[in-house]
Order: sequence, then structure tokens, then C-alpha cells
Amino acid sequence: MAADPTVVGSRSDGDRETTTALPELATVAWRPRVDAARLDRQDALWTLTTAAHVAPFLLAAAVLVWLEPLLVPVALLCLVHAWAIPALYAQRGANVVRPGPRGAAGPERASVGLLGDLIGHEARALHARTGLVLEPGGLGTWVVGEAGALLVRHGRRRRVACWCVQVREPELPAGDRIAHLLLALRADETGFATVANLAFSGAPWRVRARMRRAQRPALDAARAAARAAGRRAS
Amino acid sequence: MARLIRMDRTGHTTVAEWSAADPEAVARAVEAFREELDRGYLAMVSTGPGHAEQVRELPLDADTVILRLPISGG
Repeated sequence: MAADPTVVGSRSDGDRETTTALPELATVAWRPRVDAARLDRQDALWTLTTAAHVAPFLLAAAVLVWLEPLLVPVALLCLVHAWAIPALYAQRGANVVRPGPRGAAGPERASVGLLGDLIGHEARALHARTGLVLEPGGLGTWVVGEAGALLVRHGRRRRVACWCVQVREPELPAGDRIAHLLLALRADETGFATVANLAFSGAPWRVRARMRRAQRPALDAARAAARAAGRRAS
Repeated sequence: MARLIRMDRTGHTTVAEWSAADPEAVARAVEAFREELDRGYLAMVSTGPGHAEQVRELPLDADTVILRLPISGG
């Protein structure tokens, strides 16, 4: 039986009662808490699932051409399917950091100001260029957007996991949306990953190609940070 | 002066300000804090670079307490 993911611990520090587990975990109580080993399994399962979707179309294309060369057009259709399936999943992954519609300039500016107070100078500069916030964590380097986050794990820069997670308040400005996710991530990283839904896990180039051009440096920076962390660890 | 900030549609709103040496301001801040928690907000304080904590009582020694809404998977 899986351990209760909401129970990590709470403590009383003088007059400050704090908790280290996200309260949102109660809404996904059936999910085991995410950790590095679970992420490994999710990555492997995602690869297997993709292969299971793609392989039959590749096989069908080869068999059709082998049986009857005149069936090349049908074989090509199979190949298009084999290409499109991972592409659609990658698009779903890239969508988690797609910027939402902007509201009035004043609130947007105020929210970015508050977000800027939460992050360092480099992250602030990257956010100004990309609209995304780079956040180092225990599992890897996160790229936090308005409706989700990307995770490049330490030493595994050839894979990115895209997590769909957001605050359900449509009128919040963009900076506040990111700040909500950032504070939750900082409070309980594995809890954050447990609450979030995995939208894609796979090659970063697939996601990068589907991100907005201005956003791509954020993923590049996360990959560079993951590579550096991997080198430090080895 | 410490601040209790709520993230909302305006960007953010300062709900209360207090100084530990001002008992009346502290009392107002504590009351405002509890009202916001009753409305469903979660209170967070930064505890160093890259770290934050959820608090259930107003930490009088904090510089800034930020109120956020719950998140959920999309």
C-alpha cells in the first residue's frame, strides 16, 4: 500500500506552525508521492508507450511496401502517423508553458514586480526575455510557466518532463500565476510533481521545436544547468 | 514594516502591515490573516533562496507573507 503522500511532516517553531507537505496533495490522495525512482519509471513507461504507438505503423509501412510496391502511398500514410503521434504528445508538453492571454497592463506589471522579488537577478533577466522562470530543485532544474513546468533532471539533459499544473483563477495576471507555482514548488518539490499531471516525457528537441522562439532559451538554460549538475555529481 | 500580501487580479494587494512592536497592528494583521485563510488562501513565507514554507499562523518575525490559492493538475 502506498504511503499517504500528504504526510511529510509539520512542525511548530515557536509561534510558527509550518507544514512541509502541500495541502493540495489531499486532492490526489490516491497518487504515490513522486520521487527520483518514480520519475525513472514514468520516463521508461512513457518511452515504451510511445514505442508501442509508433512501432505498429512503422511495421505496417514496411510490410505494405514489401507485399506490394504500389502500396507506397498507404505506407507513407503509416509513416506520417508514426511521426505525428510523438509530435502531438510533444505539442501537449510544450503547451504547459504556453503563455496565456494578457490582462490589463497595471496588474500584469504589479505581478511581475512581485515575482521579481521572489527570484534572483539571473532568473529575473531570463524571465524578462522568455516569460519563464528557471528554478533549481532537488530533482533537477525546473522551467516554470503560467500553466505548468518543465523538468530537466540532473545529469539527464536529453530528456524533459512537462508537467501541467496551475492555479484555477482565470483573472490572475501572468506573474502571479508563475509565483503561485514557484512558491508551491519551493515548499514541496516532490509534492508539486505529485499534484501536477505529466503531459509529456521525452526528447527536449521535440518540445523545444514547439515552444515559442522567445521561450526556447529557458529550456536551453535548464539543460545546461542539468548538464553542469551531472558533471558535479560524477 | 512586515507585510501580508495577497496575489489577486490586481497583481497583488497588501492586506495588512505590522510591526512586532505595535500590538494593535499585529492584532489587525492576525485577524486579516485568519480571514484570508478562511477564504481558502494558503500563506507562504520564503525561508531562503529557493525555499518556502506554508504557515498556518502569522509569523510575526517574517518580512513578507504571501497568500496564494491552491494549485491543481491541468
